[in-house]
Amino acid sequence: MFLWFHKLGSPPHFYRIAGKWIPWLTWITVLLLLAGLYGGLIEAPPDYQQGESYRIIFVHVPSAWMSLFIYVVMAVCGAIIIIWRMKLAEVVLISSAPIGASFTFLALVTGSLWGKPMWGTYWVWDARLTSELILLFLYLGVIGLHNAIDDKRTAARAVAILALVGVVNIPIIHYSVEWWHSLHQGPTVTKFDKPSIHWSMLLPLLLMALAFQFYYVLALFHRCRAELLRRERNSKWVEEL
Amino acid sequence: MGGYAMFVWPSYALVALVLWLNWYLPRKQHDRELRLLKRRLKAEHK
Amino acid sequence: MSHRLSLTQAFVFLLRRDLLLALRNRAEYAMPLLFFVLVITLFPLALGTSAELLARIAPGIIWVAALLAAMLSLDSIFRSDFDDGSLEQILLSAHPVAVLVLAKVTAHWLVTGVPLLLAAPLLAEMLGMPGEAQPVLLLTILLGTPILSLIGAIGVALTVGLRKGGIILSLLVLPLYVPVLIFAASAIENAASGFDPSAQIYMLMAFLFLSTSLSPWATAAALRMSVS
Repeated sequence: MFLWFHKLGSPPHFYRIAGKWIPWLTWITVLLLLAGLYGGLIEAPPDYQQGESYRIIFVHVPSAWMSLFIYVVMAVCGAIIIIWRMKLAEVVLISSAPIGASFTFLALVTGSLWGKPMWGTYWVWDARLTSELILLFLYLGVIGLHNAIDDKRTAARAVAILALVGVVNIPIIHYSVEWWHSLHQGPTVTKFDKPSIHWSMLLPLLLMALAFQFYYVLALFHRCRAELLRRERNSKWVEEL
Repeated sequence: MGGYAMFVWPSYALVALVLWLNWYLPRKQHDRELRLLKRRLKAEHK
Repeated sequence: MSHRLSLTQAFVFLLRRDLLLALRNRAEYAMPLLFFVLVITLFPLALGTSAELLARIAPGIIWVAALLAAMLSLDSIFRSDFDDGSLEQILLSAHPVAVLVLAKVTAHWLVTGVPLLLAAPLLAEMLGMPGEAQPVLLLTILLGTPILSLIGAIGVALTVGLRKGGIILSLLVLPLYVPVLIFAASAIENAASGFDPSAQIYMLMAFLFLSTSLSPWATAAALRMSVS
């Protein structure tokens, strides 16, 4: 098992294995998305207080979760890059950044589209929204810094440091709704006692979250393969393709 | 959608668009890169 | 011909050297302070003479100006050393780079942060900030400007080798500055309205301790990467 992991770390093997998994991932993602959308848009009843607009939750919350998760993945890659200089970690980090930025952007936009009918405003400068916005800037900073440095291996070390420094923001976002009173609602799913959301709404939410997870891996694999080709274009294993 | 359609559907549409782009664009880049490499290799072997 | 300096001696040496360099380049180092004053002066001009409005947003104005001035001054921490090769010498030395970095950042703060501390009361008066808030203003600047120098140093270290480093630097460093801005401005506003600012002050202290202990390491790592 460990040997398999070790093999996975080499670019040509990762390229091949990722290529084999992609069709499976695509199907699983599509199925999960359809199941989640069906559960969320058709099966789940309208909310007692919010009517139909609450359905945005099924894309808003998974996007937000992914935005945090992907940054943590980047930070882990950053640590691996600094300690072991693993090439694949460099590729995964820089490939994850646009995906994470997209999810952060979606979380912000869907959140504000939800906020307008419900609480009367597209935006408010409370702790969670502000720190999520800062997260978007951090993602853009990673992408920008990586672009600015010509030697991509040096660039990888630079963004590794940036990712690790910025990971401080993640707990701030997550706990911000507990530390500060704000317009944003408190934690309902990740509380450790019984979640205070009804099962008919929780299930589609979890399905969508799982779908987004698989989607992330799928999109990541596509990006990594493209990036690997670009980086290793002069190496032997690429020529043998 | 109980009058909230203007907010719900654009949200889902935007999510669909962004997810599709993140899936489609890397694939296109990958295929383009592959074609370029093939062409280069053929030119070298001549 | 090498004399082994102790760590403390190395620290003091670097500190004194940077301060001396700054003293000789007084004009260059006066500019961020001038910028600070000018930016703050723009606001009364732009917002008309509404004294009440000005007094209400004075904490925010002063702190945003301090942030911008800090960012402008960041380049000077490592740029000249990078250009003339002394940065590599620092990295090659037997002493832990993080401590040497701390010396340079301390020098930077003394030269750029402390002047802000001295100018702030005058500017606060100009904006009509209530007198009760002034001690808190000074406290937040005292606690906050070192944080700006420390965190800014990480950003400079990451970008010192780049051509258009200045723009990227702002993009990198501003998101990290935001918590300081939020807590500092909130502390002063609380004090101005008569509420207790101690929670925010404690947060600033926590940030200061955190950044003093951790950021020199990150900066050292970033420097090694930039110089390689």
